[in-house]
Amino acid sequence: MRDPVLEIRGLRVDYGLGDAAVHAVRDVDLTLHRGEVLGLAGESGSGKSTLAYGLTRLLPPPGVVSGGEVIYHPVDGPPVDVLSLSPAQLRAFRWAEASIVFQGAMNSLNPVHKVSTQLLDVIRAHEPRSTAAGRLARARELLKLVGISADRLHSYPHQLSGGMRQRVMIAMALALEPQVVIMDEPTTALDVVMQRQILGQLAELRERLGFAVLFITHDLSLLVEFSDRIAIMYGGRIVEEAPAAELYRRALHPYTDGLLHSFPALRGPRRELTGIPGSPPDLRAMPTGCAFHPRCPRAFTPCDAELPPLGPPGDDDPRRAVACWLHSATAPAPR
Amino acid sequence: MRFLLQRVAFYLFTAWAAITLNFFIPRLVPGDPVQSLISRNQGRISADAIESLRVLFGLDENENVWEQYLDYWRQLIHGDLGLSFTFFPAPVSTVIGDSLPWTVGLVGITTIISFLLGTALGVGAGWRRGSWVDGLLPATTFLSSIPYFWLGLVAIALFAGPGSFFPSSGGYEPGLVPAFDQYFIPSAIQHSILPAATILVSSMSGWILSMRNMMVTVSSEDYITVAHAKGLSERRVALSYAARNALLPNVSGFALSLGFIVGGTLLVEIVFSYPGLGYQLFQAVGAKDYPLMQGIFLIITISVLVANLLADVAYLLLDPRTRKS
Repeated sequence: MRDPVLEIRGLRVDYGLGDAAVHAVRDVDLTLHRGEVLGLAGESGSGKSTLAYGLTRLLPPPGVVSGGEVIYHPVDGPPVDVLSLSPAQLRAFRWAEASIVFQGAMNSLNPVHKVSTQLLDVIRAHEPRSTAAGRLARARELLKLVGISADRLHSYPHQLSGGMRQRVMIAMALALEPQVVIMDEPTTALDVVMQRQILGQLAELRERLGFAVLFITHDLSLLVEFSDRIAIMYGGRIVEEAPAAELYRRALHPYTDGLLHSFPALRGPRRELTGIPGSPPDLRAMPTGCAFHPRCPRAFTPCDAELPPLGPPGDDDPRRAVACWLHSATAPAPR
Repeated sequence: MRFLLQRVAFYLFTAWAAITLNFFIPRLVPGDPVQSLISRNQGRISADAIESLRVLFGLDENENVWEQYLDYWRQLIHGDLGLSFTFFPAPVSTVIGDSLPWTVGLVGITTIISFLLGTALGVGAGWRRGSWVDGLLPATTFLSSIPYFWLGLVAIALFAGPGSFFPSSGGYEPGLVPAFDQYFIPSAIQHSILPAATILVSSMSGWILSMRNMMVTVSSEDYITVAHAKGLSERRVALSYAARNALLPNVSGFALSLGFIVGGTLLVEIVFSYPGLGYQLFQAVGAKDYPLMQGIFLIITISVLVANLLADVAYLLLDPRTRKS
């Protein structure tokens, strides 16, 4: 379980070049282990989607990866840096090793091609020696995997419901049995019932196929339930990282705490919803020191001057990391 | 299928309306064709002849408008469009039949080439923004903003003239008999190069521009990102995902432009004295040749309607979302 499959080291993503560049992702270190579900949460503009696009090199211009590396560990063979792959190597890496389920379920399928065309072409592109009959059999199997009857293969995307389309996308993401599946808000456009169904199915599939998931969402309550570990992003940086249960039980960073108190719990004692005052930081004019300090109820002296490093908290739990002076072993204690 | 039948019914209705208008308009114009024929012949026509001319042109004063209208339809169904004045006594259908192949040959072929070439360049320009094709855009836009008859005049002034390879007028060498043989065909091609190039240069940039812009729009769609993420080859993403979707508006534009082949390039034919339908229409207007005008208008109307129907069918074939299951 502790075997890494994808290591992000010091990843920086900018929009634009030179002085005018907006730093959307700043020095992010994140490790995805084989077979785990790593949740990545944060409000809009925190850089979580940009991170996903950056590590797969799918950033639309003017986005550029300005630093860092993304190390992928194949099942057999030496680790490779995704950011330095040649175009042909990158094409081979994509989908076969790391596939993505995108935000817009509605627009992820090409409206003029049948589902079959879009499922088969990816298999053909990566496995040119497969037979047409073999590919078709695989496509049928994939649809069955996500609970869609195989005769839907010949439907056009507009003939499917939103939930079905997203399930087709999940089936497509699993087509080449990748080690990593990146999910960028896969259920945002769906109603809660469908959301639950799909996530349940996903958890089941992961048990069976053993891929690792990087699950990006703004819905922390979802992650608490479905992921093994959670990383919280704020202003382009990871501010806290911990096992899901630990994070839910005892959030260390005031931002995480704020997020957890902005949705009601279904069980347990009634607690007050607080939310987080203020609005997300302007990426063009980030606050000095800790980016969260203007909104932080517990800010104190070093917060507005010095950036807290992401490290183990003061009580030294090795599974956790937090970037906050409140919990830093090296920082002065709050007055 | 139901949708298609609805469209066909709609176009049949439109055709009926157009034909009916075509019947009434010449009757609403002050002065009638017989009158103009009489004045042209300076009173050398006897009263009997005038009467028979009226009957011939369907302007029999002894018939009311309704009967004339029915007669008009009867004639139409038999392919009888009346007699031309200018080519008297040749029937209009023969005159049109002689000039239609020239127009369809010249403008039809150039429209198709222009569409194919322009769309291909547009795909390239839109897919690789900032490449050399993008640099070409201002030039082609400039050329397309020039009216093509003027471009034709410039082409004649520059390239045609005594001793030049390019003839300045006509559809073939005078003295040749139109036939599919080794004398006539090369001559016809030689005569068509200059007008064809004129039309091509001025019409192509429209296709380039619209295709490029659609490519740019489609390129930012989610399914293009997905196609990239799937690791498909650049070629497959560009053609099967981006261009395939970007093509839709261009194809319907193309089908519509087919409708304007017949009547759309009148001025080029006039400039090059090309023996096509447009030139014929020009002459008919000059000679107040109502039956010929009426006939040509009818052909133009019908071809526009057929092109519209083609556009509908093309869209139905290319975009599954328009098909109702």
